[in-house]
Amino acid sequence: MQIYLPIAEVSVNAFLLLGIGGIVGILSGMFGVGGGFLITPLLFFVGIPPAVAVATSANQTVASSFSGVLAHLRRKTVDFRMGTVLLIGGLIGAAAGIAIFNLLRAQGQVDLLVKLCYVVFLGVIGALMLVESLRAIRRSRRGKPATKRRQRGWIHALPFKMRFRTSGLYISVIPPLLVGAAVGILAAIMGVGGGFIMVPAMIYLLGMPTKVVVGTSLFQIIFVTGFTTLLHAVTNYSVDLGLALVLLIGGVVGAQIGTQIGLRLKAEQVRILLALLVLAVCGKIALDLLLEPAELYSIAEAQ
Amino acid sequence: MRLATLFLLCLILALPARAEQVVAGLSQTRVAITTNFAGSEILIFGAVKREAPLPDGALHVVVTVAGPSMPVTVRRKERRLGIWVNTEAVGIGAAPSFYAVAATAPLSEALTEDQDTLHKVSIPRAIRAVGPAGAADEASEVDSFVEALIRIRSRKGLYQDLPGAVALSEDTLFSTSIALPANLTEGDYRTRIFLTREGEVIDAFETAIGVRKVGLERWVFLLAHDQPLIYGILSLAVAIAAGWGASAVFRLVRG
Repeated sequence: MQIYLPIAEVSVNAFLLLGIGGIVGILSGMFGVGGGFLITPLLFFVGIPPAVAVATSANQTVASSFSGVLAHLRRKTVDFRMGTVLLIGGLIGAAAGIAIFNLLRAQGQVDLLVKLCYVVFLGVIGALMLVESLRAIRRSRRGKPATKRRQRGWIHALPFKMRFRTSGLYISVIPPLLVGAAVGILAAIMGVGGGFIMVPAMIYLLGMPTKVVVGTSLFQIIFVTGFTTLLHAVTNYSVDLGLALVLLIGGVVGAQIGTQIGLRLKAEQVRILLALLVLAVCGKIALDLLLEPAELYSIAEAQ
Repeated sequence: MRLATLFLLCLILALPARAEQVVAGLSQTRVAITTNFAGSEILIFGAVKREAPLPDGALHVVVTVAGPSMPVTVRRKERRLGIWVNTEAVGIGAAPSFYAVAATAPLSEALTEDQDTLHKVSIPRAIRAVGPAGAADEASEVDSFVEALIRIRSRKGLYQDLPGAVALSEDTLFSTSIALPANLTEGDYRTRIFLTREGEVIDAFETAIGVRKVGLERWVFLLAHDQPLIYGILSLAVAIAAGWGASAVFRLVRG
């Protein structure tokens, strides 16, 4: 069954889109990630124009993070104060990201920018996760418990300190602002929530307790991706409501199936699978950049 | 008054000179893009009206359908620092978003080069109608970009060269069908029918097919372009509602 997407102006098989939404939903349920980093490249592969894919993924991420944050609110694992500080950084970053996106779009380099971002970030995150989870498996075989470490150093010497009760922290607002801004830029350029950057940064850089990290990250992602969606809608007219709806339906159902699968797997196994998946997506995009394309020319319609 | 009479007289005298005329019809003059739009087939048919005995020379019918013309930028990738990057770009003044040309024979037979240039019938002529902006001195360089544009759009079914696709029977009745692909843009699709004898155009007929998004598609498209802020907020509302709905439904299911 073909459906005509009003903004993308292409006709795509609805079941294919439902499938993409479903698969990404399953993965996000299994691994607890937003799945934006998978949706955007998959949409490229089925022929959605990159600008529409990025903007619509951002909208899709709003839905999945909102659904996630509700669950965390019930468990009271959201640090609103930290979330707000991250958010202020995030909004500034998102505005900058959109400006970069539009500048490069005018020069015809937006594809390259988006793909390079994906290769670099997916490559680094995937490799780190793989190494970390392999180490964790080896550790558990030897029977030693995982050790936790808290970083104390230059981050605690910065000015403008603030108390974050839920996280039990008393640190400067500068690092969270910077982390937020970095994620905001990524959200605008890649159409992702940035949870895969935000979560490690909160744990290792800010030293937040793991139990409040995911909820807080999701809380601020809602606003950053929401803001990004609005900016894309206003400046590029590139959010496709039809596409977002079909992806949402698939994603919502998939997420629940994924959660059930995730419960039956061991944490290390889940992380290794996720790492391999991230690396596979990264490899596919890298190949596109490195191999000579079959068609050297591309067409861009004037706006 | 005298002038008008003279003009009328000229007109009456001129009419028999056009010995052959095209009378044509279309199976549909409107194409509605709905949510489940998967392309459309348009039947174009007609007859040659004659008031004199059949003249000599090969008779051909050429049918063209052209979508709205828009400026496009064609970019070429080159390897820079090991990766393939867009480097050179050529702006093309106007290229139709869709173009199909069907004829009773290969175009070179049905139409002389001069007539093609005059009426802009073949695909490269239709694109160059306005001419590429700038870089006029590097004509051959620009040519490769125009060829690439034709190649890419032909692959998507947007540009169709259909020699022999028009059926002409008894030198009088003709018909052809043009397939409009699913990835159409909105606009008036200019449809022309040329009657040629010995490669010279002896009569032409022109009409338009209106391609419009309808219903929900139209509403969404217009809202996104006319009220982008409201549209953006609506998108967010839909996302929030879906997220909340999913959470509520599955809490019930598990509850």
